[in-house]
Amino acid sequence: MNILNILDEIEKVDGEVYERLNPRRKAMKDFFNFGTKVAAAAVPLALGSMFKAAYGQTTATVEQVLQYALTLEYLESEFYIKAVATAGLIPAGAALGAITTIRDHESQHVTFFRSAITSLGKTPVSKPTFDFTAGNGSGTGPFSKVFTDYDTFLAVSQVFEDTGVRAFKGQAPNLLRQGAVLTAALNVHSVEARHASHIRQMRKARGANVKPWITGKDNGIGLAAVQASYDGEELDTQAGVKITGINGQAITFNAATEAFDEPLTMAQVLAIVDPFIV
Amino acid sequence: MNMRNSTKSEDQALLKEQEFFSSKLERRSFLRFAGAGAAGIALVAAGCKKDKLEAGVNLGSGDIGILNYAYALEQLEAAFYIQVATSFYTGATQAEKDLLIDVRDHEIAHREFFKNALGSNAIGGLEVNFSSINFTDRTSVLGTAKAFEDLGVSAYNGAGFLIKDAGYLTIAGKIVSVEARHAALIRDLISNGSFANSEVIDAMGMEKSRMPIEVLGIASAFIKTKINANDLPTS
Repeated sequence: MNILNILDEIEKVDGEVYERLNPRRKAMKDFFNFGTKVAAAAVPLALGSMFKAAYGQTTATVEQVLQYALTLEYLESEFYIKAVATAGLIPAGAALGAITTIRDHESQHVTFFRSAITSLGKTPVSKPTFDFTAGNGSGTGPFSKVFTDYDTFLAVSQVFEDTGVRAFKGQAPNLLRQGAVLTAALNVHSVEARHASHIRQMRKARGANVKPWITGKDNGIGLAAVQASYDGEELDTQAGVKITGINGQAITFNAATEAFDEPLTMAQVLAIVDPFIV
Repeated sequence: MNMRNSTKSEDQALLKEQEFFSSKLERRSFLRFAGAGAAGIALVAAGCKKDKLEAGVNLGSGDIGILNYAYALEQLEAAFYIQVATSFYTGATQAEKDLLIDVRDHEIAHREFFKNALGSNAIGGLEVNFSSINFTDRTSVLGTAKAFEDLGVSAYNGAGFLIKDAGYLTIAGKIVSVEARHAALIRDLISNGSFANSEVIDAMGMEKSRMPIEVLGIASAFIKTKINANDLPTS
C-alpha cells in the first residue's frame, strides 16, 4: 500500500494538497503520523473521503480514467511478466535487462493505479484474462507466436507501448486542472514513451525499419491488424498551425508528424485492446 | 539718415522680434524637451524598479505564460541541436547523425509551432550560452542532450496541471512524449539500457516532474537572456 507515498508525491506537484484536504495543515500532519503509527491499512478509507471532498464532483470522471489506466497497465504488466518468465524467448543480457526494467515499471503502475482508486474510496477493477495472441481467448490470434518468436514479441511490445502513450494522452483533457492526478498520469505517460522508444530501437537492431518515433502513420510492423494503433499519427497541423515547412523551415512532412504524438480516445483504445481481452 | 536709422531700428526691431520668437521657440522646445525628459526620467525610474524586481524577458501569465515557457525551452533545444548537426562530434556514425538530425527537426518544429501559436504574445529570440559544451566531443554533446531532454520531459510533466485550456494541455501531451522518446534514445546512445533508469524514474515507475522555477534555474546555465517567470501560474 503506497498511500503515504502517493500523498508525498501529490504534495510535490500540488503543494496545496494538504490545504485542499484540510485547511489545517498541522491537523493533517498529525493525522498521517497517527495513520502510520496505528494502521496504514486504515488510511485509504479516510483518505478517499477527503479526496472526494477536495476534488468534488469530478470524482466520477477521475475514477473512470484511473480504472481505464489500470486496465491497460494490467495488460502490459502481465504481458511482460509472462515474456520474462518464458525461457528462451528474450536473449539474455541487454535485451532481457531492458524488458525486465519495463516489466517492473508496468507492475509499479498497476500498484499505483490500484492505490489511487482505493484512495478515492472506490474498488479497483479486477485483472481481466488476457489472450496475447489477440485471439479473444482462442489463443490463435494474429500473434500466435507472441511468446515463442522474439520478433513477434517485440512487435506486440511496440504496439502496446505506442498505444499506451496515445491512450494516456487522450485522457489528459479529462484530468484538466486535476492537480496531482493529472501530474501522476503525465509522469506515467512519459515513461511509456521512453519504453516505446527503446522497444523501437530493439526492433531496429533486429532489422525492422523503425525509428524511436512514429513516422506518418507507419506501423513499422507490416500487419493490418495493428494499423488502428497508428491511424491519425499522420497529422501535420497542430492547433491550426501547419507544421510541414513551417515559417520557411526545412521541416518535412515526416518530421512534422514525428514531432507530435497523437492521442486516442478511450473508445478507440478499448477497440484496439479488445482482441487481447477474453 | 532717418530712413536709414529708421531702417536700422526696424532691422533691430525685427531682429529683436526674431530673437523673441527664437527664444520663445527655444523656450517652447525646451519645455517640450523638458517634458519629454521628465517622462523619460519616469520611464527610467520604472525601468530601474523593473530591473531590480523582475528583470528579463517576461514570459507572461496564465496559459500564455506556460506556452512562452515551453517556447523558451524549445528555443534552447533547437539551438543546441542546430549547432550539433552543423558540425557533428568526432566519430559520429551515420545512424547517429540521422537520428540527431531528426531530433533537431522535431525541436525546430516545436519551436516554430509555439512561435506561431503565440503570435504577438510570443517572447523574442533568446540568446543561448553553449560555452560549456565541447561540440567536437561525443560525451559532451550527448551528455548535454541527455540533460536537456530529461529536463524537457520533467518540465512538461510539471507544467501540465498549470494549464487551463484542454487544447493546450493536449498539445503539451503531444510534445512531451516525443521529448521522452528523444530522452530514451539519447540515453541509450550513451549507455544502452539506460532509457528509463532510476536517475529519471522513481520506485513507483513514475518520471520526475519539475516546476517552472526549478527548470529555469537549471536551464539558465545555457541561456544568456534573463527570463522572468514571476507571472507564471504556480497552481
